[in-house]
Amino acid sequence: MRPFRLVKVAGKSILKNKMRTLLTMLGIIIGVGAVLVMVAVGDGAKSQIENQIRNLGSNMLVVTPGSSSAGGVSRGSGSFNRLSLEDAEKIRNESVFVSMVSPVVTTFSQIIGGSGNWRARLNGVDVDYLLIRDWDLASGSWFTPQDVRSGKKVAVLGTTVADKLFSGQDPVGQTIQIRNVPVQVIGVLEPKGQTPEGSDQDDVVLAPYTTVQQRLSRFRFISQILVSTSNQNDIPAAQEEINQILRESHGLAQFEENDFEVKNQTQLADAASGTTEVMTLLLAAIASISLLVGGIGIMNIMLVSVTERTREIGIRMAIGARGSDVLVQFLIEAIVMSVLGGAIGVAVGFGGAALVANITGWSTVVEPNTVIVALVFSAAVGIFFGFYPARKAAAMNPIDALRFE
Amino acid sequence: MDESVVIRTRGITKVYTMGTNQVHALRGIDVDILKGEMVAIMGASGSGKSTLMNIVGGLDYPTAGTYELDGIEVSALSKNKLADVRNQKIGFVFQGFNLLARTTAVENVELPLLYDRLGRVRNPREAAVRALTRVGLGDRVDHLPNELSGGQQQRVAIARALVTEPAMLLADEPTGNLDSVTTVEVMTLFQELNDSGITILLVTHEHDVASYAGRVIELRDGRVIRDEYQERVSARDDLERILAERRMDEMEEVQS
Ligand SMILES: Nc1ncnc2c1ncn2[C@@H]1O[C@H](COP(=O)(O)OP(=O)(O)OP(=O)(O)O)[C@@H](O)[C@H]1O
Ligand SMILES: [Mg+2]
Repeated sequence: MRPFRLVKVAGKSILKNKMRTLLTMLGIIIGVGAVLVMVAVGDGAKSQIENQIRNLGSNMLVVTPGSSSAGGVSRGSGSFNRLSLEDAEKIRNESVFVSMVSPVVTTFSQIIGGSGNWRARLNGVDVDYLLIRDWDLASGSWFTPQDVRSGKKVAVLGTTVADKLFSGQDPVGQTIQIRNVPVQVIGVLEPKGQTPEGSDQDDVVLAPYTTVQQRLSRFRFISQILVSTSNQNDIPAAQEEINQILRESHGLAQFEENDFEVKNQTQLADAASGTTEVMTLLLAAIASISLLVGGIGIMNIMLVSVTERTREIGIRMAIGARGSDVLVQFLIEAIVMSVLGGAIGVAVGFGGAALVANITGWSTVVEPNTVIVALVFSAAVGIFFGFYPARKAAAMNPIDALRFE
Repeated sequence: MDESVVIRTRGITKVYTMGTNQVHALRGIDVDILKGEMVAIMGASGSGKSTLMNIVGGLDYPTAGTYELDGIEVSALSKNKLADVRNQKIGFVFQGFNLLARTTAVENVELPLLYDRLGRVRNPREAAVRALTRVGLGDRVDHLPNELSGGQQQRVAIARALVTEPAMLLADEPTGNLDSVTTVEVMTLFQELNDSGITILLVTHEHDVASYAGRVIELRDGRVIRDEYQERVSARDDLERILAERRMDEMEEVQS
């Protein structure tokens, strides 16, 4: 029989029993809908994180001290792997691909300002920091190389800190106290929002790293070195180069692993979204089970249908249908039901995702890929669970089928 | 082989095995049926008539023996080839009509054409309507089976059997579920089809029905015990007589 006619025949027998067809499809509808909503929630979280990472700065690389475990044994807390100013200097001087470098010294400190006091993150950074992070000033000015060299007691405030210390007033030109040392506020940063991990990036005070190290804390070691290239294509090369420079600087032998990490934004994003990916997979897996149950529903109904329609099968065979014609007819019925259910499920999923977004305020994203996978999957469910009943129908003997009461 | 032989069976046996029990439904059937014949198969219940029809109709395989249909050795065919033979060479009419429920007359009649692998008919619907017109149901094309009388349903079944223009028509007790008038109507149709050249083989219990055939084969316990040609009675004459008598009865009823 020609394919188009087969689909027509299948469609007809499906339409003959509308209520049953609908109930059978319900399992698939709910399954596909659930998968779609779950994946939409996961994808939404992921794309949000990726946006935030992109927000960190363009062409940026982050060097952090890594937990080295030479020969599988951690060296313990006595031998921290530390990054030093020399490391930063070496990268600045020796690297071809790196255009900007800034060490970051991080401490937390109580800060006293005009109208209050506030505990904030204090980042000691170099002049390049602002450009690397692709960050702008809302008002005031940034510190100069001269300020850094001399360890001048100046600071630039994040908006959160500025609000807490000088609610309403202009902080520029005011003086704040950090560990009893008076520091002059020379600028305020543009708001930047949250990090992927959810911490407030604007809850920060930036000062020259020399100032932080020499005058504001005893903390000598640097927590990060931020680096950027002038060209995005140089990022992998810069990464390799920094690896070489730091291995040499740290005197690592050939067999020793790196005691530091150089990560680009994609890697940062992957690390941050890794957990949401696992969550998405888990949710999708749970939702897939309902799709499976839907498939079993189809199989069940198809088996009932084959038994009920034994006479019909006998008639069709008596007038010349081959076993394969009958097989294809029942298989198509199963597929039409599951794909139709899948399509309705997709519509339900879109609605559900919008509803979830509306109620919870999470962002949900339905990717075209998810829709395609959902449809293909429901067709596969139809084939898989329709095959056994269809084969049972096809294997019937015409006379026995005709004699069936 | 003689051109005009449509069915040739030699030593056909059929044994049904049920557990340790063996039922010998057919014990060696040798029959030749010529093109254009109208043959009635008679016999007591359980004599093997349906079993023979099913084998001749390609619905079942014999346990032993050979069966040639239109020069093709059928008992050696694969299941798929046998399905094609049923589709192209045989039109089967059943006692219980066996129409698809909730499917219109014309769709029922179209059905065999949908399974025609040769695609001989361009427009199945048109052919189906033609077949329905031929059995006198041109005005009932879109009726569902449950909207038709028994006789009409059997005509739809006959149209379905005819639509592929088969070499022969097989009918297993086609009038078994019909009243006497409808029986004669259907037999009139069979005789007309036979006159137009179609070979017909039909099973019946009733001598009246058998008298419309030109040849009677009688079975007993799976063997042929009688195979005779006879002067066939005209079903149309019978029909007209019955209808005339009926009109007379009605008139008498009105008068009294
Ligand atoms: N599928 C089967 N399994 C076992 N025995 C069967 C089967 N079909 C038929 N028989 C037996 O074969 C014999 C012939 O049956 P068949 O149906 O051919 O008789 P019949 O002449 O058509 O009878 P009827 O006039 O009642 O229709 C019977 O004894 C019957 O019980
Ligand atoms: Mg019988």
